[in-house]
Amino acid sequence: MDDLVEKIGQCVERGKINKTSPYPSDMKGLDGADELTRQALDAAVGPDLILQACNDGMKRIGAKFSRNEVFVPELLMAAKAMKAVMAHLKPFFQSGSVKAKGKFIIGTVAGDLHDIGKNLVAMVVEGNGWEVIDLGVDVKPTKFIEAIKVNPGCAVGLSALLTTTMANMSKTVEEIRAQFPTIKVIVGGAPVTMEAALKMGANGYSPNPQGAVAFLDEVNVPG
Amino acid sequence: MRSLLAALKNGKILVSDGAWGTFLHQRGLPPGECPELWNITHRDDVFAIAKSYIDAGADMILTNSFGGSPLKLEHYGLKNRAEELNEVAAAISRDAAGESHLVLGSIGPTGAVLIVGQVSEQELYDGFFIQAESLKKGGVDAICVETMSAIDEACLAIRAAREATKLEVVCTFTFERTVAGEYRTMMGVSPAEMVHAVKEAGAVVIGTNCGNGFDQMIDIVNEIRKVDRSTPVLVHANAGKPALRDGKTVFPETPEMMAAKVRDLIKSGANIIGGCCGTTPAHIRALANEIKKY
Repeated sequence: MDDLVEKIGQCVERGKINKTSPYPSDMKGLDGADELTRQALDAAVGPDLILQACNDGMKRIGAKFSRNEVFVPELLMAAKAMKAVMAHLKPFFQSGSVKAKGKFIIGTVAGDLHDIGKNLVAMVVEGNGWEVIDLGVDVKPTKFIEAIKVNPGCAVGLSALLTTTMANMSKTVEEIRAQFPTIKVIVGGAPVTMEAALKMGANGYSPNPQGAVAFLDEVNVPG
Repeated sequence: MRSLLAALKNGKILVSDGAWGTFLHQRGLPPGECPELWNITHRDDVFAIAKSYIDAGADMILTNSFGGSPLKLEHYGLKNRAEELNEVAAAISRDAAGESHLVLGSIGPTGAVLIVGQVSEQELYDGFFIQAESLKKGGVDAICVETMSAIDEACLAIRAAREATKLEVVCTFTFERTVAGEYRTMMGVSPAEMVHAVKEAGAVVIGTNCGNGFDQMIDIVNEIRKVDRSTPVLVHANAGKPALRDGKTVFPETPEMMAAKVRDLIKSGANIIGGCCGTTPAHIRALANEIKKY
């Protein structure tokens, strides 16, 4: 049993989605996250154990990403494998037998259409046990505020790739602050630095998805 | 037909242009609006940018078509205007460059990732084909596939450009410095890996743009030169890493600071030097004055 759970975690870390997936090449033809999760559930393994193994797998790949030992493709594939597991676990979330750590609203700020970085953060945060509400790209401040209203107690992540949209990021933080003074906001993206983040009034900054997870675990927003 | 390779003969160092995107924003393009649409709605502004780089001493200019692939234009609901927007982009730069200067048609990445199946190879290829063909129709001399990070997308763009236009193709990648001090694109590609792949796909000039100032560009050119000593190398550097001051984005490197590094950049093996984000005609003038000495 332990072996099966451990294998699921490895599939997530290596981005092995299912048996027919050719990636990674050294796992060709083997069962992937999809098949192994089905087998584990059929063998009455607790969904919380499976989820824990996946979280550990995402943590390992996220740590490798922040050390630049792997790059965007590896992280994207891990997130896809994680998604394959989550498809099986969804009923347990719906019934309440498995719970998310909290809610995280994320979006690329107004005027910016770039989504790769934002998606990576969303996937890794989700893979670490958070419920992620992805508002997409070119998100106006009012849309963030609406989402916060219906998800009280959430944390918020803002992304920007363009230097020109950093000003919009700053404005978004300001508008969120004005209505929700205690909400935790983390910002990130190529042009953003810790200095800039603090200046705009954000609570945190991370240059990579793993840092966002560390931030969220630390502020530990109730779910 | 003007040839970029012919212009590089006998070791001549060429001057390229500076930023387009940040320059357009400075002239009033609001964030979130399609830069390529300005080729139609603000033709004079786009022309002014192109002309300012020619006047500053650039031997070549690019075109306002970086995000002109149908896939990218789709975000703005402009997919079916790809041909028009690219052709006009080329025509504007051609007008500014006249007959004596080179025009390189800019093709940037689509933002879609092949490995996770967001898009098919055929879809990417077809989009780049349309873009390159339209740029040629508008009068470019060569195609510049730039700011790439994934080998598969870059090679599709190069092949599509070659097959659509038969023109010379330049290809540049954007690298970041890793924790270990090496250079990789966000997709994990090293300068050496890029060199082999893009040459095989048909690029005749290779190089690097964006993401870095000149200091790191010198490191990257050194990496390229370790595996390739003969293919001409183009560098479009940022004016340093941007900072936010009083709600405004500021690029720290002045024209003088950039010009001071030209000697080392040429020594490392660069053949074409220009700017990317944050660089202005003043930067290009300073570079051109320095490069004249070589």
